[in-house]
Amino acid sequence: MKALPLSELPTGQWGRVVSLKARGMARCRLLDLGLVPDTPVQAVRRSPLGDPTAYRIRGALIALRREEAGQVLVTPL
Amino acid sequence: MPLATELRERFNIHPDPGAAVIALAGNPNTGKSTIFNALTGLKQHTGNWPGKTVLQTQGTFHFGGKKYILVDLPGTYSLLANSAEEIVTRDFLCFARPDATVVVTDATCLERNLNLALQVMEITSKVIVCVNFIDEARRKNIFIDVDCLARELGVPVVVTAARNGLGLTELKAGIDALARGQIVTSPRRLIYDPDIEEAVARLEEKIPGEIKEWINARWLALRIIDHDRSTLDNIRQYFKVPEWGVLRERYKYCPT
Ligand SMILES: Nc1nc2c(ncn2[C@@H]2O[C@H](COP(=O)(O)OP(=O)(O)OP(=O)(O)O)[C@@H](O)[C@H]2O)c(=O)[nH]1
Ligand SMILES: [Mg+2]
Repeated sequence: MKALPLSELPTGQWGRVVSLKARGMARCRLLDLGLVPDTPVQAVRRSPLGDPTAYRIRGALIALRREEAGQVLVTPL
Repeated sequence: MPLATELRERFNIHPDPGAAVIALAGNPNTGKSTIFNALTGLKQHTGNWPGKTVLQTQGTFHFGGKKYILVDLPGTYSLLANSAEEIVTRDFLCFARPDATVVVTDATCLERNLNLALQVMEITSKVIVCVNFIDEARRKNIFIDVDCLARELGVPVVVTAARNGLGLTELKAGIDALARGQIVTSPRRLIYDPDIEEAVARLEEKIPGEIKEWINARWLALRIIDHDRSTLDNIRQYFKVPEWGVLRERYKYCPT
């Protein structure tokens, strides 16, 4: 299955982290939130304006802005 | 070099011989403040962080005839990404050097909480892990193998349901034993790739002795490699070491 940015994962759908495009502190932050390769992540809901989106990551709901989620590549499950 | 009491005073911890300082750290919403209130009976007092807008809360409790000053730190997922909350927590652990640190974790999503626990354990070895929300975990049929966790982490682990007051006496006893030096921990150390380990070893040697006395040299070497400007700036500020060779060298490489 082709990898896509997490920001494009449809609501309700699960994906698996393939890699992170972010570098430096931004990368650190994503890793600290639990987005390491092979982690399952679900797009749970989008806020009314479409940004941020709430994702389920390792048992917690975490809101990510579109530009942050766009730095994470996932394969849909 | 500033004295321990001077550094602590910058965090509004006033000198109190005989009292031990205990920090409560953890991810957001893991029950730190609930534990804080249960242990201190809400004898709390809020103070402004020096130069920061984030508040810290402190209170006291007694155990085994000893006085403890408990500090409720803001919730963070990490000590590396430099939000205001992370800076407060990191600086407190680094410069106020608590006599023990409780890492409060959520039993229902323990895995994600261990990142912070490991990061705290890189700064200080005097750590006790509190697995809170055990009532919720039981309801969700999540079983926590406490002995295995303690063995893997190399620090004591206590299980609590803070809202119901469960396990809090054991937590106090654990804090007490750790602060008195009756428990010696051996925190699990993360081993990095060989090239990083080699650079760490080289940098560690260059860190001046008086700083090593205060701050874990390995952790500091890792921050230098990270180009973690915020940590290094604050070390300069707290320790007044303007011409520290390693820092100077590192700033040459640091993109601003
Ligand atoms: N079921 C259950 N609820 C708990 C437990 N501990 C705390 N809570 C509840 O969890 C919520 C968050 O607790 P807090 O103590 O505010 O968490 P915190 O870690 O201080 O949160 P931040 O300061 O935002 O990081 C509150 O509603 C508490 O009543 C527990 O052991 N079991
Ligand atoms: Mg709190």
